[in-house]
Amino acid sequence: MEMIWFGIVSVMAALWVVLDGFDMGAGALHLVVAREERERRSVLAAIGPFWDGNEVWLLALGGALFLAFPAVLATSFAGLYMAVFLITWCLVLRGISLEVRSHVAGREWRAFFDVLFSLSSALLPILFGAALGNVLRGFPIDSSGQFSLGLFGDFDPRSASGVLDWYTVLVAAMALVALAHHGALWLAHKAAEPVRSRAARLAGRAWIGTASLWFACGFATQHLRPDLMSAAWSRPLPLALGIVAMASFGASFALARRGRAGLAFLASAGFLVALLAATAAAAWPTMLHSTLSTRWSLTALNSATPAEGLATGLVWWSLAFPIALTWLFLLLRLHRGTIQPAADGEGY
Amino acid sequence: MRTTTMDPALDLHRLQFAFTATFHYLFPQLTMGLALLVFAMKTMALRTGQARWNDSARFWIRVFGVNFAFGVATGIPLEFQFATNWARFTEGAGAVVGHTLGMEGMYAFFLESSFLALLVWGERRLSPRAHWGAALALFVGTWLSGWFIVATNAFMQHPVGHVVLPDGSVVLESFGAFLTNPWAFVQYAHTMVGSLVTASFVVAAVGAWWALRREHEAVARTNLAVGTSFGLASAILVAFPTGDWQGKLVAEHQPAALAAMEGRFESGSHAELVLIGQPDIRTETIDNPIVVPGMLSFIAYGSFSKDVKGLADFPPAERPDQIELLYYAFHIMVGLGTLFIALMLVANIWRWRGKLHGSRPLLWALLLAAPFPYIANTAGWMTTELGRQPWAVHGILRTADASSEQVHGGSTMFTLLGFMGLYLVLGILFLFLVGREIAHGPKPAVGAAH
Repeated sequence: MEMIWFGIVSVMAALWVVLDGFDMGAGALHLVVAREERERRSVLAAIGPFWDGNEVWLLALGGALFLAFPAVLATSFAGLYMAVFLITWCLVLRGISLEVRSHVAGREWRAFFDVLFSLSSALLPILFGAALGNVLRGFPIDSSGQFSLGLFGDFDPRSASGVLDWYTVLVAAMALVALAHHGALWLAHKAAEPVRSRAARLAGRAWIGTASLWFACGFATQHLRPDLMSAAWSRPLPLALGIVAMASFGASFALARRGRAGLAFLASAGFLVALLAATAAAAWPTMLHSTLSTRWSLTALNSATPAEGLATGLVWWSLAFPIALTWLFLLLRLHRGTIQPAADGEGY
Repeated sequence: MRTTTMDPALDLHRLQFAFTATFHYLFPQLTMGLALLVFAMKTMALRTGQARWNDSARFWIRVFGVNFAFGVATGIPLEFQFATNWARFTEGAGAVVGHTLGMEGMYAFFLESSFLALLVWGERRLSPRAHWGAALALFVGTWLSGWFIVATNAFMQHPVGHVVLPDGSVVLESFGAFLTNPWAFVQYAHTMVGSLVTASFVVAAVGAWWALRREHEAVARTNLAVGTSFGLASAILVAFPTGDWQGKLVAEHQPAALAAMEGRFESGSHAELVLIGQPDIRTETIDNPIVVPGMLSFIAYGSFSKDVKGLADFPPAERPDQIELLYYAFHIMVGLGTLFIALMLVANIWRWRGKLHGSRPLLWALLLAAPFPYIANTAGWMTTELGRQPWAVHGILRTADASSEQVHGGSTMFTLLGFMGLYLVLGILFLFLVGREIAHGPKPAVGAAH
């Protein structure tokens, strides 16, 4: 039962990254791919109907952790207090700026909220990426089962003295560039011209950036967490998923070059899902790795709630999951093809 | 779950959650009630084919969209704070309340977020029936969301369906008992009707504003009719029977909270109800009291002679810690609720006689009444949450043992001040946007103006 919920949490995290990732990535590129009012509205029209539902995957992921691994949720969020609130404030500002931006016609009004939206959209992948870097690096969890990290320490990942160090910044950079790639492909598929062509060109450059940062992250992780990397190589599931990730990543480049942006986007989604799933499968059962001693690590086995409650949760979750996917499918179908920007005041 | 010495940052954790939750609930309390009213308007539009119903609905959907966005944005910090500031609550009670919080995301949030953009921007894109369906989806989604949150809170007020493990944490024993907590049904009915009071008063106030300015006559009349009729029904229902049920549950399960709410220090029969007066907790008396003899016994237990316990019967560690605030919160809620019934009764009598639209004093009263349901709803939640103290989960986990020990006061003060600044700006932004919508008034159907 712990393994099933570990899997559910991983799947929901991957879905959230793939879905919210494209609107965060597109938001981060907002000022670059769109300069005039109509172009900006093309970007917003392409993500407006989806962004809120995409973000719900994050909240639903939090809910799954809450009921299955509450100690993991509590220890990480309280331990990363300051970083979590930076993320929270970015989420607040991003949602508000996206929703109110088109309500008022003034040029300065829209310029202000465009910048706020784009900045918060860029900061979020950086912060979430740094958080992922922290999970990979590990936390100074002691015998009390807790830790507390400020935003930065001596920037050396081996001492794990702050949220930001050279390793977590490297992962953060990869998260930003990989999601910018992902978001650019979404825009190249859904947005109206000229945003579409600009996004397609940017996607090519972001692919190269992602490739080099992936390479660097792989080496850094090998250096810092040889145990994690050897698990990835020796277990069949992470190995297979790793191969899928590489194949999808390559396919996304090849498809984008042939102008098949929609398929390239799907390949990018496959890359992100497979990479995250491979990471989770290599880390199993560890959820929060302790840099002090692995016996203080929080694992899916030592932090899960009792099996009866997990079984109950599985019942309602299995009913809810297809319903949630149905809403998503309906929405995608209703907005299939290129999304033209609405007239002023009639949409995002 | 560890029981330790007093966390020095405890008051800051509490203040931050209270502040962010209070600010957040200014939005959903309108959203939930308004979702029902918008659905009612869209239904009337489909059935009658009259333009005024669609024109009203279109206006309120725009307000709904802005309000919903602020509700979503300010709701996220609450979900996160369970884990950041109340780590020992999350660890100790997550096995139970994680279910309802998780179900809210999976069943309610996905539904709402998928159909929101269709409701707000989809009137031209969708057929009238499909747009009505989007309104239905938002109504169902927001009311489901309310259920899961109230069920979570009900467990904290009156835990059922669980067992306590030796380490002090609670785990689920009966999912059915947890989901059908009697406290949850009563609290849900009371909360949702309270939300409908806010929405009705706001709709009536905007109708009154336009009527006073002699603008948008058809829509103003529609708003006045919807606002006052739903306003009367909900103002009555929030007091009786739902408020009455809620009071009897508190009397039965949280007698210390009832004593503090009523400012009752000594125990005894024929308990009097204090209408107005200032509690002095040093001398354990009420200054300048105006009371109704025997009434509290009757309200709490249905008989004028019943014994009602006073605070003196409870050791200090079992009493709510904010007795004055709890007393005033409860009295403000009840006092305002009584005035709501009176105002809506008068407004409806005038409306039935066909004189509401021309009665300027009454229109002024309806206009100026709009902020007060917000105050009453806030006071109601303060009553509930302060009355639960000193417990995070009643009788099981103390608030003092629920906070995050690893987060110090300097961090919490930083984020609390950050929220105060951020929410001040958001509050101004919201009032500006909604004020603008009201000034513009209802718009014709999209595309029809060209």
